[in-house]
Amino acid sequence: MPRGYAGKLLEVDLSREKIWETTLEERILEAFFGGRGLAAKILWDRLGDIWPQVDPLGPENIFLALTGPLTGLYPGTRICCSGKSPLSNGVIGATASSEFASELKTAGYDGVIVSGRASSPIYLLVTEDGGEIRGADHLWGKTGEETIRILNREISEELERRRSNVGLYKEPGIIYIGPAGENRIRTAAVMTKICHAAGYGGYGAVMGSKNLKAIAVKGRGPLPEVEAPETVRILWREIHSNLISRERFRRWGTGYGGYSVGAETSSEPVLNWQSEWHDERGLGGPRFEVPYWAKRYWSDFNCTLNCMKLSCIKAGRWKGDITDAPDYEMQAYLGPNLGIFNAEDATHLSAVFDNLGLSGINSGNTMAFAAELYQRGILTKEDLGFELRWGDAEAFTKLALMISKREGIGDILAEGTYRAALKISELKGIDVTPYAVHVKGVEVGAHGTRSGRDMNPIGYAASVQGGDHTSSTRDGYDDMRWSVFNDSAVVCGFCSYDRLIWDFARAVTGWNITRHRWCTEHGPRIVTLQQVLLLLGGPDIYWNPEKDFDNPPRFYEPLPEGPYKGKSTDRAAVEMMKRNYYKVLGWDDRGIPKREMLERLGLEYLETTVSKLRKT
Amino acid sequence: MKEPIWIFRDFLKCSGCRRCELACSLNHEGWFWPEASRVRVFMPFPGLEVPHLCAQCDDYPCVKSCPVEALRVDETTAVLVDRDKCIGCGRCIEACPGKVPFLYPKDGKATICDLCGGDPQCVKVCNEAGYLALQLVREGQNVNRKLFSREPIEVAKEIALNLFGEKGTEVI
Ligand code: SF4
Repeated sequence: MPRGYAGKLLEVDLSREKIWETTLEERILEAFFGGRGLAAKILWDRLGDIWPQVDPLGPENIFLALTGPLTGLYPGTRICCSGKSPLSNGVIGATASSEFASELKTAGYDGVIVSGRASSPIYLLVTEDGGEIRGADHLWGKTGEETIRILNREISEELERRRSNVGLYKEPGIIYIGPAGENRIRTAAVMTKICHAAGYGGYGAVMGSKNLKAIAVKGRGPLPEVEAPETVRILWREIHSNLISRERFRRWGTGYGGYSVGAETSSEPVLNWQSEWHDERGLGGPRFEVPYWAKRYWSDFNCTLNCMKLSCIKAGRWKGDITDAPDYEMQAYLGPNLGIFNAEDATHLSAVFDNLGLSGINSGNTMAFAAELYQRGILTKEDLGFELRWGDAEAFTKLALMISKREGIGDILAEGTYRAALKISELKGIDVTPYAVHVKGVEVGAHGTRSGRDMNPIGYAASVQGGDHTSSTRDGYDDMRWSVFNDSAVVCGFCSYDRLIWDFARAVTGWNITRHRWCTEHGPRIVTLQQVLLLLGGPDIYWNPEKDFDNPPRFYEPLPEGPYKGKSTDRAAVEMMKRNYYKVLGWDDRGIPKREMLERLGLEYLETTVSKLRKT
Repeated sequence: MKEPIWIFRDFLKCSGCRRCELACSLNHEGWFWPEASRVRVFMPFPGLEVPHLCAQCDDYPCVKSCPVEALRVDETTAVLVDRDKCIGCGRCIEACPGKVPFLYPKDGKATICDLCGGDPQCVKVCNEAGYLALQLVREGQNVNRKLFSREPIEVAKEIALNLFGEKGTEVI
């Protein structure tokens, strides 16, 4: 059996109510690893022929929750969720930190693959004895907090009943959706641990379209065997001491460094990216810490970096809200980008989003888009039912609820920023797409390209995951090493150390995996496959690489204020860098992979499909 | 000569990193095995992480409950399991006020913290990371220890009050 792997995947067909196990060949695992890479490969194998016809929210789509060979062993344990994305119509690997991943491996599975659609709400319970489909009528419509509370109790009691005298069962690891996922909001996240989200891609909606409320897993076995256990033990200690030495990050998480993104580098979204600068200095880490942090050091399995901070609002109008810090992305997207400059409101909105299971970046972006249309008089009080002014946390709370229930205007905004822009343009007879800040249907992360001090010009434009800031592109070589690797080995990017992780990967798998091989073979293989599926697209939107593989229009408008006033993204630089990126990967000028490259990467089976793309 | 020790636990400081589980299983099993760890971190609700391990009660109800005398107390005040004698009946679990012992996932024998013979590995990694949720105390047996032998859900309810205030009554 390949080292580092539990050795099998659990497959569930909800339409036929069938459950079985699959084993993958070692050569497939060696070529695609796990997580994002393996998801792309499985999706191609099963849906490649009919990809443009596959409705991401139809029963024909496949939802995957996959670990990788390093998951659980390497510090910073994550789960990777994937499928055909209802936002990009391609494949995105969205990861979240969770004990779900380590429990899965100790239950004997590397991942869960769900196809079909259940006839009524269900959840899956996975143990060493296999998977089972259980009714979830009692969970449908429930918030994140309620779902966790009910499932933790229900499952622990059930497992103790089954094996009554072995002692207490620890709670299962759970991934779940909130009402947003149930109602197929395209920007719904797969949630875990109240506020951890696999947000990009819209996989919460995919779960919801399958009537799949949650997957809960409890394992009792050891983590998988590895090739060189002694080396793994030594590296494990060394990586943890490195993590432990990062005092500032441990203490403050992303909210500290992130604050400077707005306050120094001028690349934080403000009022739907109309600006990236604000003089208001009230929204840094300490403003959250003192009043709201309930735990300063809050970790997930096998992590000592603890960048998450458990927060709770204990008094006032948002009393009882529980969330994390919020981290930088939430701080920006549920703060300045909505015109909100106080920690209390930003924390509150973060808790609202968590409970509804909306992705903070993606749905937050859509709310700001709506608010800009309101500011411009394109959306009116009549359209919304209320006034949507910048900075009004109450109004944004209301809007989040409407989106997650598809009520009124919420039904349009539930389609994500780009699709909502297309619809509103049609309804109003005005082109509002210039205000939609997305790339390839994916709302962009809170790092702008205009000041030149943060995201590079093609960070989103060239990425197979579009606006996903965790998967940004640069030169087609170095960027393979980061998210493409981390999301396929399925470990946290913040814990990933350049030398140590390759030694670790070799010691776990026994495969000859080096940084250079990854950057020239594995990484390109994975993103090439993702690129082909993205180009196939459909059924509602097909991307035109020449026009669509670019920054949002807004990123070419000059910054209106701040120290970088007047600067915008350099179009010539984008074109040059993009061409170079394509060249390094063996893609043509439009980003379509060339035959030689497909052969070199062992992807010759894509040639028939790609040859058609070249002709269009 | 080994001296009596005890592991003091500060529930509010536990980060939930579960490195104590990993260190314990590395020491006892030679590999990462969270459910075989003698300290297990429960989480009845996210944020309410409860490291659950033997409290070494002064009256050792588990030792008394064992029908085959498989349990005994060593000089460190830890409870040791004689795995040859243990019949996996689970009486010690029932007798424990905190239901701390559990049956080993593979062969069903009772499993209890042995304080690593006086040098507990969980404490080391917890302190190394600066969490100090588990700390080593050099002190003899006393009546207070038993207060820490409680089911994780009971402990979590109290942590919830501390961290979430009134909202804490709703989450578990
Ligand atoms: S090592 Fe310490 S902080 Fe980490 S889970 Fe164990 S008791 Fe909690």
